[in-house]
Amino acid sequence: MNDYFDGYALVAALLLVGAGIVGGGLAANRMLRPSRPTAEKLATYECGVDPVEGDWAQSYVRYYVFAYLYVVFAVDAVFLFPWATVFAAPGYGMTTLGEMFVFLAFLAVGLVYAGKKGVLSWV
Amino acid sequence: MPELLVIVLKLVLVAAAFAVLPLLVGQAEHKVMAHMQGRLGPMYAGGFHGWAQLVADGVKFAQKEDVVPAAADRRVFKLAPGVAIVPYLLVLVVVPVGPGGQVALDLGPGLFFALAVMGVGVIGAIMAGWASANKYALLGGMRVAAQLMSYELPMVFAAASVAMAAGTLSLGGIIEEWRWWWLPWQAIGAVVFFVAGLAELRRPPFDMPVADSEIIFGPYTEYGGLRFALFILAEYAGIVVLCALTAVLFLGGWKGPFLDTGLGWLWTLVKVFGLSFVVIWLRVSYPRMREDQLQKLAWKYLVPLSLVQLALTGVLKVAL
Repeated sequence: MNDYFDGYALVAALLLVGAGIVGGGLAANRMLRPSRPTAEKLATYECGVDPVEGDWAQSYVRYYVFAYLYVVFAVDAVFLFPWATVFAAPGYGMTTLGEMFVFLAFLAVGLVYAGKKGVLSWV
Repeated sequence: MPELLVIVLKLVLVAAAFAVLPLLVGQAEHKVMAHMQGRLGPMYAGGFHGWAQLVADGVKFAQKEDVVPAAADRRVFKLAPGVAIVPYLLVLVVVPVGPGGQVALDLGPGLFFALAVMGVGVIGAIMAGWASANKYALLGGMRVAAQLMSYELPMVFAAASVAMAAGTLSLGGIIEEWRWWWLPWQAIGAVVFFVAGLAELRRPPFDMPVADSEIIFGPYTEYGGLRFALFILAEYAGIVVLCALTAVLFLGGWKGPFLDTGLGWLWTLVKVFGLSFVVIWLRVSYPRMREDQLQKLAWKYLVPLSLVQLALTGVLKVAL
């Protein structure tokens, strides 16, 4: 078990290196760059005119159906990976292949249904 | 302790590759685009082929003021560039460059790790879009999110197809299993993976989130100076990572028609730069896709195509 997590220690080390590169770069940059903030400079950019109303605009999230679809499909897709490594191993063969087609059929039917309902076209 | 020395050396090499390769791709993009479009500007600075342009850009970025808008969510705004760029560094750690352990970390679920971490990079752009408190940035951030959700799926399916063919999730193991006839066998998956990857990186023709002619620069509108440069660098690092993953999964990584035991790393580099050239070429050739066209391409073409690839892989693998 220890060996398994040893690899991730290297990932953690590299994460620190990455944070060091970005943080160090920005810290060094602090000495090079000027800093003279004015009220105009700190205003939200809107093509040069004064910002209208609030800063965060209201907008209609059109793709929430895509989000649902994505969650459904992605959860399925995650299960593909462990299965993918063993499905052709000796002793599995035709049965697992049949199971794969059941899986694909479910996804395909879901996709066709979503398409027929018209949720796959951006309005 | 020599073992520790090896690990440190590998980390240094990964960091060096991360620092150099994206800049090379960026420089190549300058020059290739200039040639393809017959532009003189990028060829001017420094004389020969405008070699000094990259240096000039770097100096300019380093000297600019770091403006954080008064209305912005300061912490998230400042953190976003780091979140955008560091994941690509982390992915490089599992990418094998040559045979016989020429990889910083031979992770068992390497493919899974690469896909998962690559997705995190996109969060940086969404953070930037939200934290800027700017309407254009918000619209851009929303588009980034929509694009990530639509294209992640075909990408994962295409990658799963390779995992099925190789019977392993280790990137090194996948290359060991790779044979030349995988090229036609996994061709659909390769195209789906590459196109979906481009969309995830928001490279033209999938650059709707940063469409500069309508929403200024999308999530990056309020950024300037070094933080902006980090976002741009993240884009090029993303190209390197995508091309490296495509080369490893679909083009056999270090394997080549000859000399692949001694000079395997050179084959990897050649493939990465060849694919990067294609990425640049696509940017010059195709107009930007509209938002609805983007979604249509993902859900009506790429997802069904990747399902077809899964079926094809499964049938052939069991039949052979």
